[in-house]
Amino acid sequence: MRTGLFVTCLVDLMRPSIGFAALKLLETAACEVIVPDTQTCCGQPSYNAGDYAAARELAIKLALEFADCDYVVVPSGSCAAMIRIHYPTLFSDDSEPARRVRALAARTHELTDFLVNVLKLQTVPGRYQGRLSYHDSCSGLRELGVKQQPRALLAMLPEVEIKEMQQCETCCGFGGTFAVKFGDISTHMADNKCRNIHASGANAVVAGDLGCLLNIEGRLRRIGDAATRVLHVAEVLAGEQGEVPCK
Amino acid sequence: MQVTALRFKRKAKQNLRNARLQSALGKIQVRFVQARADAIADLDDFAAVRQRATDIREGVLGNLDAWLERFEQEATRRGAVVHWADTAADVNRIVIEIALANQVKKAIKSKSMVSEECALNDALEAAGVQVVETDLGEYILQLAHEAPSHIVAPVLHKTKDEVSDLFAEKHALPRKTGIAELCREARDILRPHFVSADMGISGGNFLIAETGSVLLVTNEGNGRMTTTLPRVHVAITGIEKVVPTLEDATTLVRILPRSATGQDITNYVSVLTGVKRPDESDGPEQFHIILLDNGRSAMLGTELQSMLRCIRCGACMNHCPVYQSVGGHAYGWVYPGPMGSILTPLYAGLANTLPLPNASTLCGACAEVCPVSIPLPDLLRELRHRQSDQNLRPWRERLGLRVWMWLTLRPLWFARATAFASRVGHALGGAKRRLRWLPGAGGWTHGRDLPAPAGKTFRALYRARKPQ
Repeated sequence: MRTGLFVTCLVDLMRPSIGFAALKLLETAACEVIVPDTQTCCGQPSYNAGDYAAARELAIKLALEFADCDYVVVPSGSCAAMIRIHYPTLFSDDSEPARRVRALAARTHELTDFLVNVLKLQTVPGRYQGRLSYHDSCSGLRELGVKQQPRALLAMLPEVEIKEMQQCETCCGFGGTFAVKFGDISTHMADNKCRNIHASGANAVVAGDLGCLLNIEGRLRRIGDAATRVLHVAEVLAGEQGEVPCK
Repeated sequence: MQVTALRFKRKAKQNLRNARLQSALGKIQVRFVQARADAIADLDDFAAVRQRATDIREGVLGNLDAWLERFEQEATRRGAVVHWADTAADVNRIVIEIALANQVKKAIKSKSMVSEECALNDALEAAGVQVVETDLGEYILQLAHEAPSHIVAPVLHKTKDEVSDLFAEKHALPRKTGIAELCREARDILRPHFVSADMGISGGNFLIAETGSVLLVTNEGNGRMTTTLPRVHVAITGIEKVVPTLEDATTLVRILPRSATGQDITNYVSVLTGVKRPDESDGPEQFHIILLDNGRSAMLGTELQSMLRCIRCGACMNHCPVYQSVGGHAYGWVYPGPMGSILTPLYAGLANTLPLPNASTLCGACAEVCPVSIPLPDLLRELRHRQSDQNLRPWRERLGLRVWMWLTLRPLWFARATAFASRVGHALGGAKRRLRWLPGAGGWTHGRDLPAPAGKTFRALYRARKPQ
């Protein structure tokens, strides 16, 4: 099964360990993983800024890069939803590129959804000991229905205890460029998230989107919490947890 | 009401620092979010009712002109007079004409957001008609000379202590602190107005085409008195509020209070049909229904048509983390939150409301709870698209996006740029591996650190690892 891995621009630039964790999870499950070297960005920044033409160009580029894959897997709910849900709305015609993009959308999955619903994984390679709280990233949750999948996978790790936080489905305030354009509001929302994480009794927060993780980690560190770990679900499941933040 | 949406960011910042407001906003979670969740859970099949409600509303919009004509025929047949208003100014003109023709000195009002849309109170006062708001929240705001900050709970931004102070000052009575005492005091003051008013002004939650009726949902009883005691009743609402049948209206009434306040049904549901008949003891001698367009018909047939389904329940703002953070006044006009960020630009123009469609993370919490399935995030994005198409976005943002686009379409340059950024970012991050400040990203680093990049990009590391 040829499985394309679209690591996303954010993972590529900010935290490659997530890409390698996703790679390991797929390879352990005996997927033939294709990682196109020319991959860049799914076009979400342009799309959400209202520049649909720019997003369309990237959709066509992505569809070509992953044309020969049976599946395309993305360790991000928002980028996966961009491809799966929003790409098709950018094309109303029946041209060759439009057909290609629609086909790409239909075989694109968010990572944990792919592991649970396509690969039907029963075990994961990682080892993790501790109390985790899972933050449901908005796009994955509401556009792709990613809710039980990451929890089911984390439950395969015997030494993981999941401590659900209050309002785990409430946005952390990231929202792409929103986090910079409306920094004060974004920070306030991140603050609420941090309060709920702290109240949960977990010593690590896990999510499926690096954008949320950067936002949450950035706020936790700024308010003086150097201890709570902020991890991508792929890192936990694969046992490749990057670096522990220094105290 | 003046549109001040361009000041959104400044106002939001002030509101975030306003401890009193924050404590008032903190109550949304229990009073509205939890209450709605409980009420929805009680409904046998929420999804089915919601789908039915959506179909009713969308179905009407497909034939809006025909349903409005039917409504006008039926209402007229029962003695009401239907007036058509293209703009807010037309509404005010019509109400004043009615007031003058009937020697109206005093008008009492039950809650109406459309009248806020028209700034009707100011217009009436200028024409020499005294206006008394009788909805408790609106009454408080009238005393305080403030605008509503929420479409269902207009005085949400005020705490009980503030109301105590306000009543003591304006009523010149000893300061009360209990909610029941405060309500009683307001009631004592309002009762004489109900009896002495010449005109009652209400909104209209739904217009029922088959009977020509106006349906009102209220909680305080003031709506009934406003619409039945004075000799003239004027109902003002938007043209989109029409539904074909009573049956349709009752379906919507099943879902409106549950979505709004978590009530199974409001304390009062009034179906107002025609004028007082000779054998009836109550009711107005004249019943005027003013139907406002004000940009609504222009939405028909466009990407934004689904916004006209809105039944003004306020669930989108109650569940919006941005609204919960900054409150309604930040949005700078009558309608706040996600629905306001769509309606205000259509009313006041894109250029006068630039921040609004962008003041959302597109998290989708609003669409998830909307009882008529309006895809609010898609509509917000559509308005961003219009801003982008009309070159209304700031040049720095446009430049940034163009550079990003240029790079993302050129993988080689993208690799060079990201490799450079990763290396520099990593170096700047130092031992703690995080940046406290980054040029051009002050919006981020003012309140948060930025975790530093790893120093090498995924693609570079993958290429190095891959045996060729």
